[in-house]
Amino acid sequence: MILSIASGKGGTGKTTVAVNLAISLEDVQLLDCDVEEPNANIFVKADLKRIETIYREVPDFDLEKCNLCGACADFCAYNAIAVTSKKLIFFPELCHSCGGCGLVCRENAIRWRRKEIGEIYRGCKDGIEIYQGKLKVGESIPIPVIRRMKELIDRSKNVIIDSPPGAGCPFIESVKGSDFCLLVTEPTPFGLYDLKIAVEVVRKLKVPFGVVVNKDGGGYKEVDLFCRSEGIPILLRIPHSEEIARLYSLGVPFSSQKRRWKEEFERLFESIEDLR
Amino acid sequence: MKVAISATGNDLNAFVDPRFGRCPFFILIDPENMEYEVIRNEASQSMGGAGIKAAQTVIKSGAGAVITGNMGPNAFAVLKAEGVKIYAGVSGKIKDVIQQFKEGKLKESESASVERHFGMRK
Amino acid sequence: MKEIVILSGKGGTGKTSLTSAFASLARNSVFADCDVDAPDLHLVLRPKIKKTIGFHGMKVAKINKEKCIECKRCIEVCKFGAINENLEIEKDECEGCGVCSYVCPANAIEMVDRISGFIYISETRFGPMVHAKLNPGEEASGKLVSQVKEKAREIAIDKEFLIVDGPPGIACPAIAALSGADLALMVAEPTLTGIHDLDRIIGVAEHFGIKHAVCINKSNLNLENADRIKDYCKEKDIEVVGEIPYDVNFVKAVVEGKTLLELDRTSKTSKLISKVWERLLQLIT
Repeated sequence: MILSIASGKGGTGKTTVAVNLAISLEDVQLLDCDVEEPNANIFVKADLKRIETIYREVPDFDLEKCNLCGACADFCAYNAIAVTSKKLIFFPELCHSCGGCGLVCRENAIRWRRKEIGEIYRGCKDGIEIYQGKLKVGESIPIPVIRRMKELIDRSKNVIIDSPPGAGCPFIESVKGSDFCLLVTEPTPFGLYDLKIAVEVVRKLKVPFGVVVNKDGGGYKEVDLFCRSEGIPILLRIPHSEEIARLYSLGVPFSSQKRRWKEEFERLFESIEDLR
Repeated sequence: MKVAISATGNDLNAFVDPRFGRCPFFILIDPENMEYEVIRNEASQSMGGAGIKAAQTVIKSGAGAVITGNMGPNAFAVLKAEGVKIYAGVSGKIKDVIQQFKEGKLKESESASVERHFGMRK
Repeated sequence: MKEIVILSGKGGTGKTSLTSAFASLARNSVFADCDVDAPDLHLVLRPKIKKTIGFHGMKVAKINKEKCIECKRCIEVCKFGAINENLEIEKDECEGCGVCSYVCPANAIEMVDRISGFIYISETRFGPMVHAKLNPGEEASGKLVSQVKEKAREIAIDKEFLIVDGPPGIACPAIAALSGADLALMVAEPTLTGIHDLDRIIGVAEHFGIKHAVCINKSNLNLENADRIKDYCKEKDIEVVGEIPYDVNFVKAVVEGKTLLELDRTSKTSKLISKVWERLLQLIT
């Protein structure tokens, strides 16, 4: 089963849930798709090795042939090319690799080359096979890295995807195609508001989903009411606890210290299997 | 030589906009006779690479110098390639700034005043 | 008018709670929520929307079925897989490059504006507020943040302060929020991930030459890590303007749609925050 862990808002405990679930199960593949801020291995502590480099195609300009007409710069929707009266300057980090400049160039001055945009690391620790995607500094388009990470999925395993926060393209790319999505929220008006946005997106993707309420116990009932009225199952509640927060601050998954919680996460997984 | 100034408004009472790429207007002025025209900065509407596009707008306007608040290395590189003089780190009312320019009180920038930023992630 | 931006590299550090507490303290101010991905400030400031403006992000391709000759040249050239076999645009995939429109021999594809979200100009009990909402699945961008700030600046021109709740991260939106600020307050939490992300956002402020200070939130969560933040700041010569311990009243206030100071102005945390604010005023003037 492929299970993605997501949240509309950062800081709700997405990585906490992903990691605790991973250490509570057997035969796990954990994919950290939050390629801008890959934090899962702070908790898993596996020895990571780079296994792959991700590339994309960018134009290579033959300045002998180029007559500085400026057609490519005018066409580029991302302002990745500037043409002055003396020189053409290309800014590869802004390029989306759409291929448009090559089409509009009348001098046939554009060829293609590969540019490194990210890396994938792999490590194993206590039965968890962790993959970490990492976007290169200066790159702004994480999608190809996430896409490649997802090709490494071994469907015979319990696959857990730690998705990037927000509700934008990286979130969609990570969650797309999952068998189930767990949305992690906290019982505050902030948490609820961001949960509603995430719910809208996950519904559009037609991925079945449920909710984990983290830092529970403040007496705010609206998240529960919202889930009930929308028919969304709340599958786990993690109480607000100083002990859990302290363990988090040290980079320790709390269920590794508390037997009861390991069982809770096992049960969470079973209830997801039942729901499918 | 005409000078392009990133401006918060469309006359000489406006201020120097701290942003080069996303300022709403450029004021293209001839310091000799103080005649000026206002150029709308279409680049401010770009999703990314606003500085690069704005730099090309300035080049097309025929300006020989730019006065602005902050300028990143992308825009800087484009303007330098054309030989446009850059005076970054400037603030104040455009009227006053032009006066300072005429009196030679502004210092030409050797490098970008800010790091490249658009699309910067880690 | 002076502009203060509240930032944190990481989400969930309490940035919005602090910003809203400042709303209770700042007089004659305008507020802007630049966390356009997860805009939460309105939940506390409870704005009444006065004006709504559509926000256009990247353009999107539109196929005119009547002109289309079904040559499928567009499908071939699209690098994003955004045109399906039925010659329909998959809007979520389209990145607005315009290649399909360029190659279409029948002139059947047009690049059109798409409404990616809305910008709101509102009134709150503390003063005017500018905020935005992106449509689901739309990417936050420096452009939207810049537009929110621009509108806020227009309103704030004869006010004393513009207080900006910034987005998390260090990418384009965070930088757009920082740009042109007089002071940035970095909210850090004493966790391993929090320290990691603080370092990066400070790097961005340094690049921009923007004056900045740090406030440690939930400081009692891990005293050792709080000390590490203080050591880090000392080394970099950054002022730590306050240490605010975890307080359940933060959540309670949000639940009631109040700022922490509205809940109880005399509480210890409220007093600590008031001190932070006073220090910010000294730093900025």
